[in-house]
Amino acid sequence: MSDAKSSEKPGAVMAGVTQVVNWIDARMPLVETYEYHMSRYWAPKNFNMWYLFGVLSMVVLVNQLLTGIWLTMSYVPAGDKAFASVEYIMRDVEFGWLLRYLHSSGASAFFIVVYLHMFRGMMYGSYRKPRELIWLFGMAIFLVLMAEGFMGYLLPWGNMSYWGAQVIVSLVGAIPVVGADMMEWVRGDFLMSEITLNRFFALHVVALPIMLIMLVFLHIVALHHVGSNNPDGIDVKKHKDENGKPLDSIAFHPYYTIGHDLPAIVLFLIVFCSVVFFAPEMGGYFLEPPNFEQANPLKTPEHIAPVWYYTPFYAMLRAATYPLFGMDAKFWGFVVMVGAIALPAVLPWLDRSPVKSIRYKGAISKGMLAMFIVSFFLLGWLGTQAASPFYTLLAQVGTAGYFAYFVLMPWYTRVEKTKPVPERVPA
Amino acid sequence: MKRFLMILGFCALTTPAALASDSGVHLEPMTPDHRDLPSLQHGAKLFMNYCLGCHSLEHQRHVRTAEDLGIPTDLYQASLLPAGADMGSHITNAMPADGAKNWFGAQPPDLSMVTRVRGTDWVYSYLKGFYLDPSRPLGVNNDVLPNAGMPHALIELQGVPRKVCKQAPEGGRDGLTGQPMTSEQCGFIEVEAGTGLLSAEEYDAAVYDLVNFLDYTGEPYRLDRQRIGVYVILFLLVLYVFTWLLGREYQKEVH
Repeated sequence: MSDAKSSEKPGAVMAGVTQVVNWIDARMPLVETYEYHMSRYWAPKNFNMWYLFGVLSMVVLVNQLLTGIWLTMSYVPAGDKAFASVEYIMRDVEFGWLLRYLHSSGASAFFIVVYLHMFRGMMYGSYRKPRELIWLFGMAIFLVLMAEGFMGYLLPWGNMSYWGAQVIVSLVGAIPVVGADMMEWVRGDFLMSEITLNRFFALHVVALPIMLIMLVFLHIVALHHVGSNNPDGIDVKKHKDENGKPLDSIAFHPYYTIGHDLPAIVLFLIVFCSVVFFAPEMGGYFLEPPNFEQANPLKTPEHIAPVWYYTPFYAMLRAATYPLFGMDAKFWGFVVMVGAIALPAVLPWLDRSPVKSIRYKGAISKGMLAMFIVSFFLLGWLGTQAASPFYTLLAQVGTAGYFAYFVLMPWYTRVEKTKPVPERVPA
Repeated sequence: MKRFLMILGFCALTTPAALASDSGVHLEPMTPDHRDLPSLQHGAKLFMNYCLGCHSLEHQRHVRTAEDLGIPTDLYQASLLPAGADMGSHITNAMPADGAKNWFGAQPPDLSMVTRVRGTDWVYSYLKGFYLDPSRPLGVNNDVLPNAGMPHALIELQGVPRKVCKQAPEGGRDGLTGQPMTSEQCGFIEVEAGTGLLSAEEYDAAVYDLVNFLDYTGEPYRLDRQRIGVYVILFLLVLYVFTWLLGREYQKEVH
């Protein structure tokens, strides 16, 4: 008797669930959307670990949104209270230190996974036709993320927050004619002040996160429309079975979600939590020592360095030391930095190679990509150091290497000898 | 995978040691220990007696200090709590900001997180770096922070430190006798015997305790953080095993 009852129950529950799903489905395409993006989204079967950083970016984004909401509950965006309110969170709010360290370490983790995600795209030519728009949305995400990180960094109102923001905002002043007025417009004051703090707070917690979420949505809609690239750069849609499923693809859910991503997310969390719980300052890279002192407009830190994730671009900014065409070096530094950030956006139109993936490209492409990595790391390290004539020279070499990768690409991708790309994904 | 590990290795190699500022002075290493309650209690006592007159700990509360350091409330109230303060309030003093600026040239900084700004080595060496210098308004100067605007608050404990010159080893050895070579070198700080309440070793220990306490107030939740972290990582490791096994089942279906 009791056996019969227990075997009936799940059936009843399932029937109820089906009923609810049917009810919704009659009013909006629930099952269709789920299938389109999950269970019938066919992803190439040859993904490797480089394909994890997209989903990891989403994990970090969720972490930032959740911890951010809870931090906002206790943070006070006022010039005389901001610094103390962060310490209040760290000491008096239950698990406030955990929320804050998750958020501050999350910012650095965000850039680590996003840089690796972008590098994957560069390596395997994921930006190539028909995925140009995915790449452009991605670049927009990167820009918004940089703004988000920059504005968030001012909020603790520590001395490095203050002076770091001061240095970056003053870059606007290098723009000819309108520079000085624009600087005032950005700050809302004649110097960095509570007014600046208030508007950065508004942008950091409302405007930019909304933009970020919308862009991530568009990034994924565009991706699922054209399908994912793969490490071989093979077009898997050329060979489909009778049901229209590409032969070399597997369902995103569950084969990638549970088969690949879930253990990888846990592995990532192990690394991430090791930082959060055992090295939240990360030797002064994630939280800089001068930031444990309240912002002081009269006391410049000995050596102003932006947080590590901006340092490659900061090094390029400082690498420009010659005035040209009647404009001073600061202006050209600004141009170089903006160029360095924006240039990757046109990659889809710079790459003229007949193949997508680095696996089938020629020796020059491989050498140039290697040089790009070396330049990027070199610049990143130089950006943390105080400037010296030798370091400036190194930064100029690094800048040249960084730009050469992009500017020379139309030439070297056309002249080099590439390997033939197989029709089907190799077993 | 191999290439990725190579890149990671490259990152590790190019990562410089620390960004903390230093003025090029040799700093004595000091390793704090938040588990050493007697040291923290002694440090708290020294702070309340010698530092709090000028320096506050405006982010740290008395009640938490008593709890974390294992000091019974009645004992804390009787011996450490400043008159007029209550247990729930922050550790502040009554020094007027304007007055302080007049008297010392600058307001004495809040020390809640001084070790997170400067590092424990710096604070430890600073407190051991004072020496008599009649040319300075307060009669003392400091090796670690030249022209510091602070008096030697612990001089009663340390005794009178003077800069002296003495015979010191040069590093090489005399070719004839094989003895280490020495020469007259200056810049050593020596304490005049019998002028302090503590011996040299006792003074070092006292400064250690004080810096240990200041490091505790910089991050009073550090032990919690590390303790909880161990459980979080252990949980994630176990979770990883199960998610890996689950993932493998799905991967088997593909290959």
